[in-house]
Amino acid sequence: MIHIPLHEGLILSGILFFMGFLGVIVRRNIIFMLMSVEIMLNAAGLAFVLAGAHWGEPDGQVMFTFILTMAAAEVSVGLALILQLYKHFRSLDSDSYNQMKG
Amino acid sequence: MVHWLWLVPAFPFAGFLILALAGRRLSNKAVAYTGTLATGLSALLALLIAFGFFAAPPNDHTFQQALWGWLETGGFSPDISLYLDSLALIFVLVVTVVGFLIHLYSASFMKDEEGYARFFAYMNLFVGSMLLLVLSGNLLFLYLGWEAVGLCSYLLIGFWYRDKANGQAAQKAFIVTRVGDTMMAIGLFLLFHSLGTLNIQEVLARLPVEYASGSALPVAASIMLLGGAVGKSAQLPLQIWLPDAMAGPSPVSALIHAATMVTAGVYLVARTYAVFEMAPLVQALTAIIGASTLLLAGFSALTQRDIKKVLAYSTISQIGYMFLALGIGAWSGAVFHFMTHAFFKALLFLGAGVVIIQMHHEHDMLKMGGLRKSMPFTFYTFLAGAASLAALPLVTAGFYSKDIILWYAWSGTQSSPWLWTAGIAGSFLTALYTFRMVFLTFYGEGENQPGDRKEYSIQIPLAALAVLSIIAGVANLPENFGHKQWLSDFLHHNLPRIQATHTTSETLMQVISGTIVLAGILAAYRLYLKPSGWPDNFRQTKIYAFWSSGWAFDQVYHTLLVRPVIWLARINQRDVLDLINGMIARFHIRWHGMFIRTQTGKMRWYAMGIATGTILALAVLIFLT
Repeated sequence: MIHIPLHEGLILSGILFFMGFLGVIVRRNIIFMLMSVEIMLNAAGLAFVLAGAHWGEPDGQVMFTFILTMAAAEVSVGLALILQLYKHFRSLDSDSYNQMKG
Repeated sequence: MVHWLWLVPAFPFAGFLILALAGRRLSNKAVAYTGTLATGLSALLALLIAFGFFAAPPNDHTFQQALWGWLETGGFSPDISLYLDSLALIFVLVVTVVGFLIHLYSASFMKDEEGYARFFAYMNLFVGSMLLLVLSGNLLFLYLGWEAVGLCSYLLIGFWYRDKANGQAAQKAFIVTRVGDTMMAIGLFLLFHSLGTLNIQEVLARLPVEYASGSALPVAASIMLLGGAVGKSAQLPLQIWLPDAMAGPSPVSALIHAATMVTAGVYLVARTYAVFEMAPLVQALTAIIGASTLLLAGFSALTQRDIKKVLAYSTISQIGYMFLALGIGAWSGAVFHFMTHAFFKALLFLGAGVVIIQMHHEHDMLKMGGLRKSMPFTFYTFLAGAASLAALPLVTAGFYSKDIILWYAWSGTQSSPWLWTAGIAGSFLTALYTFRMVFLTFYGEGENQPGDRKEYSIQIPLAALAVLSIIAGVANLPENFGHKQWLSDFLHHNLPRIQATHTTSETLMQVISGTIVLAGILAAYRLYLKPSGWPDNFRQTKIYAFWSSGWAFDQVYHTLLVRPVIWLARINQRDVLDLINGMIARFHIRWHGMFIRTQTGKMRWYAMGIATGTILALAVLIFLT
């Protein structure tokens, strides 16, 4: 088993997180934004697993399981919302959603 | 029996609550029964307690009943407690009995008025508050009662609130007495600051021990208390509100502005007598205020055309006698005169009320006349009250009570011939204006000749008060009639006794004052009953207008106080202080407007905002720790 130093793994996790964030900021398509959020979640999960492996504790993997579960729930709710939004606005552009009143 | 004391004020308060909460839904009959019964039960209980008190007086002639503690903070723990001694008992008896009779009278008198339940609610509240005032063992709760009766006075003067003038009269009464009340509050602060207690008996006991007579604190405190008394009792220079207070219904004038509330000042001074004894100068000032007020108001009463205003000035003048008595240390004399005055002045107001209402709200005496034939019952009872007010020698209560004051003004330890002269001149004036009123109203000719009011509830109070006005004098006969001074002896358990130092025969002084009174009545007869040109000529003079306006006090106050205040209010219309407050508001509106712009509805902006905020927070956390 190859030993990966902690800081290298954390840098990868940071890069992933930043890419995801950049996706949320720059993409206008709401589905891509949702995907970017998923990337950010997985980046955080990776950091947990790394930290757990580093200290030899199972907590990191427990947390990752939580994150996976939560991500699944989030995707189902998020996609349902996107479906409704698309029905209403006939568009997937997130900037066109600023007309919501009430 | 005396342990039921708390019920005496509780009955009227309960009546007030019932009438205030359910008064609209009750029939007029139920309202009258509730209001009258509340004070009636209170009067009955007060009488029973009084009999028990006379038969078996408690230790030191005082009875204390602690109801509950109000609060405890830093050594200040005012108890809500009742304190009954001979002084309080006399006041309780007068307040409840006269109060009950006036409620009974009002039941018929006010029956056609709108706001019948409101009237009785206020009246019950008044009686309860007045009882709280006289029964309180603590200056703090005395002050509570003091303010509450002021409130009732305000509400009842403005009872017919649809007329703007009545509302203004009510406001005037409230604001003018507020001057005195503020002084009184300062007096209480002074006492509390220096003694650490407001319990009346403790104050009276500790003040002479801890301070020298005539030192700064007793003088300052007694001046402030005197200020409160002067405001409430309509003495110089705060007497201007009482004549206007006649805008209220007649029973209100009888109960509040003659018999009870306006004498609260007398009660306050008598209650805190030790403070005044510590400040001889202030006590002398009290006598001087009383003497000058009784003369000034006497002259003004002589020139009024409105029958109720004659009685109002007469009330000011008679309370002047009480202040004179307090000032010369004749404490029991003041209380005795308070008692007889409550009887005859309430009677006169109630009688005047009948006359006014039967004359279809005519107040002007010059438009009345000859009423003695058409309304004989009112006439005879009114005459009894008038005789007592004028102090008709030997047969009336007023003579005996005034005689004590005049006698001690001449012979007491703190007397002065000047005070006596003022008192004697005042009694001539009293006889003159009283019988001027009687002759103008009931004698001579008049176009309108209405009949008597036949209701029992009007006639019983009139008759009862007429009897009391005549016979109440036996409670305290002069010294030279043999020692039959039941009332004074009773009061002297709790108030200091006054000694006569003069050797002049008391009988001689009585003959002098009696003659003066008879001369006054004769003068009234010659001037106002016999055909003479005097009334018309007199009315043309400048001095008549001057006296009639109440010695131009209103005009002076208007120029010196009211107009500068209005001027100040006008130039400060935009309110300088408000600008500062407004600036705070404008500053926030500006910021608010800036923040509104950040709410774009664009999700990516929010995400950016969250990220920036997080980074900033992390940066702060990292670099500052």
